[in-house]
Amino acid sequence: MKLPIVDHPTAAHEFIANDERSHWHDKALWFVRSKRDKQAHAVPEWEYLRSLASQIKTHTVANLGSYLEEFEKNATALGATVHWAADADEHNAIVLSILKKHETRRIVKSKSMLTEECGLNHSLEANGIDVVDTDLGERIVQLRDETPSHIVLPAIHIKKEEVGETFHEHLGTEKGASDPQYLTEAARGHLRGKFLAGEVGITGVNFAIAETGGFVVCTNEGNADLGVSLPRVHIACMGIEKLIPRFEDLSVFTRLLARSATGQPITTYTSHFHGPRDPDSELHIVLVDNGRSRLRGSKEFRDALHCIRCGACMNTCPVYRRSGGHSYHATVPGPIGSVLSPTRDAKSYKSLPYACSLCGSCSDVCPVKIPLHHQLLAWRKELVGQGLLSFGKRLSMRGASLLFRYPTLFTTAGKVGRKGLKWAPRWMTHNRLNKWTIARELPEPPAESFREWYKKNRRG
Amino acid sequence: MLSNGTKQAEVPATTTSRRAIMDRLQGQTVNAPDLPNVDTNLVTTFEDPLAHFCQMVEAVGGQPHRVERPEEATKILEAIPVFSQATRVASLVPDITPGNVDVSMIDDPHALATLDWTIVQGQFAVAENGAIWIDGDTLPQRVMLFIAQYLAIVVSGSQVVSNMHQAYERVGKPPNPFGIFVAGPSKTADIEQSLVLGAHGCRALQVFITP
Amino acid sequence: MTVALFVPCYLDQFYPDVPIATLELLERLGVEVVYPEGQTCCGQPMANTGCNAETEPVAKRFVEMFADYETIVCPSGSCTAMVRQHYGDYFSEDDPAYNHVRERTFDLCEYLFDELKVTELDVQFPHRVSLHKSCHGLRELRMGACSESMTPRVDKVKSILDMVGGIEWCEPERSDECCGFGGTFAVNEADVSASMGRDRIDDHIRSGSEVLASADMSCLMHLQGLIRREKRPIQVMHVAQILVGRPVHAAAQTH
Repeated sequence: MKLPIVDHPTAAHEFIANDERSHWHDKALWFVRSKRDKQAHAVPEWEYLRSLASQIKTHTVANLGSYLEEFEKNATALGATVHWAADADEHNAIVLSILKKHETRRIVKSKSMLTEECGLNHSLEANGIDVVDTDLGERIVQLRDETPSHIVLPAIHIKKEEVGETFHEHLGTEKGASDPQYLTEAARGHLRGKFLAGEVGITGVNFAIAETGGFVVCTNEGNADLGVSLPRVHIACMGIEKLIPRFEDLSVFTRLLARSATGQPITTYTSHFHGPRDPDSELHIVLVDNGRSRLRGSKEFRDALHCIRCGACMNTCPVYRRSGGHSYHATVPGPIGSVLSPTRDAKSYKSLPYACSLCGSCSDVCPVKIPLHHQLLAWRKELVGQGLLSFGKRLSMRGASLLFRYPTLFTTAGKVGRKGLKWAPRWMTHNRLNKWTIARELPEPPAESFREWYKKNRRG
Repeated sequence: MLSNGTKQAEVPATTTSRRAIMDRLQGQTVNAPDLPNVDTNLVTTFEDPLAHFCQMVEAVGGQPHRVERPEEATKILEAIPVFSQATRVASLVPDITPGNVDVSMIDDPHALATLDWTIVQGQFAVAENGAIWIDGDTLPQRVMLFIAQYLAIVVSGSQVVSNMHQAYERVGKPPNPFGIFVAGPSKTADIEQSLVLGAHGCRALQVFITP
Repeated sequence: MTVALFVPCYLDQFYPDVPIATLELLERLGVEVVYPEGQTCCGQPMANTGCNAETEPVAKRFVEMFADYETIVCPSGSCTAMVRQHYGDYFSEDDPAYNHVRERTFDLCEYLFDELKVTELDVQFPHRVSLHKSCHGLRELRMGACSESMTPRVDKVKSILDMVGGIEWCEPERSDECCGFGGTFAVNEADVSASMGRDRIDDHIRSGSEVLASADMSCLMHLQGLIRREKRPIQVMHVAQILVGRPVHAAAQTH
């Protein structure tokens, strides 16, 4: 399927132009980043944990085939049914076939970026199945017919008054209400009904354990657990990279995940599932590739498979905080999204690796030490290599390279630039065509360059 | 029927997809570091894990109560209006309160929809984050933890580990079909980062720490 | 002690006082400074855009130009980081000239702190100063601790500036958020870049600062552009200029 080309600056423009909103969004996410910092400071061995996590994931990705086989064997022995999906369509078809087998008409789903990536909701709804996203943030965006703008805080871009409007329309809450307590209570009641009516529960997977054949789901709301402990069928959808080798490895990840994601020491609920609930229940685990095994083949970008979907990179990214998640037009936005999305479609997402000032903060917060900003730079090289840099930019880079190879050319160009800046009328130097000058003044041209000064004052 | 009482899952077909995925994964050798083991000398332990645990329970929104005898816990519970006014209480800790719903007699978890309170026993606690491990085998119905409006967990103060490394060692292998760390009441900050307790699970969590 | 001065392209042409101050400072500290006059640029603008083919000849030229000098000093964290950490694509691992240049190129403050091991400076700068910690210096060269990393690191820029008499330090709320320059990012993502820059300026002004200092003029060029356009009440100065006691201009101009 051909995706439209995303131009991030254009996509971000409206969001940023609304100065008040952009700053509100920025402050909210900075707050989450600050909470993360507090938690990290409270763990003296924080950097050691990051190294461990990174090493565990590097090892797992390298040996992914054998760990998947081990997982499948152990999960099956416990009574789960393991399915393999090569891509998003197959994932959706597998889920649908399970639902059809049980003549399901209503399902409840807890947060799963994987199902978002596969477009599961649309696929199921097109087949007449009622899908209720039970995570509060996901439910809000679902009712608003929007996509989540953050992988952990889906509704971070929405103001409480707007939630109030949505709930008034769909849940019958008071018009104009905006108190989060009141609105959450309304959602609680509304979703209780959905949980009780749900025929099948679908969850994501935070960590799957090869050694035991089980998996872990982490939530603060309890919606995953409510969703799967009432119906008889539980479908757990996971990207194949969510695997970890040993049960004990969970200790490292459960110490890092919530601290990195929301600045909590741990999520309220950390549930461990090993096999179906009882003899009359079913547990299905859908392993999804959808480009992951191919990504593993790339030495440069393979480490992106470490990702545990914590969102810390988004919270720290100054660009994400000011542009909002929707400006990326990708299931996963922000720094990690800007690495992953071009692997899916380089042409469509070619502007994302450039939506970055290369500040490096993302790499520092990543709990599994993905070298994000280096990967974003590597993507730029890759895109240029694929001929995807605009002709104008390529030309100006060629021009610059030429200048820098010939000092006489360089100094002449510099002199012309300085004189031009000094003498040319302002409308010539500061105008909309020179994008620098839309918001900024150009530097005041000095009378002489350093090398001219040096010749006069030091040489000889 | 498998030895753990569950139905035999259908034997997985070696589908084309499985083969394709495995071929791609096994076709490309990637160099890998060894799997690291956690150096326990480098992880934080607490001199007084119990004190730290109590602090963390509060930090995650729970209410800790240290009690010497079960009767003290009973008194505390009965002083909570939403407990004394509760109509349906499920208790797995009869010493503290008998409850009036026998969950073991319930076949359909949906029948617990109107549960006001659940009181359960936790097996051990984790100091670093205020979490309590509950073994699924002790729960006649898992949903009782999440569906009740209010939850109380009883845990022994002599069963507190410092960190998650010790915790997972304590859980041991092979794990039971279900097990959960519960840290504080259900919560969300999805509406403008305002913390609200009682999202879908329990609205409040009482933690009774016995000797 | 002899060092070769590496003057970034834009400093040479638009901010000559920064390398002049650098040279004066080093001379005052008893260092002999030579300036290889054929130098132009380290290649970072092209490299950051992903244009490796265009960067390669420039990088090779740079290494050739500086290979014979024992030590190379540069008043810019980003250009230093380019040479130290991003030249690998253009040379073979065991190329001796490349390895020498890579190991012996220092940012000015790194040089003062780690190589010269300066302990005192005879200079006064009685002003309220706030420090902008540029990303390359902080996260590539690791010249100091950063707020999101738990690894303790000594702040080399601050340590050097602390030797200057009379500075009254002001602390912005976000100690190391990116200024938004990012090279071509400033033009590609003009909106975000300007927003990031304005937020830094607001933060520094709110801290009570008169002088927004940094070891990287590229950050300051971007911030200065915004300051002058919006006539904000704060000046920018490069660390080298403070270290030789340049006066703070009353008008919003420093070059």
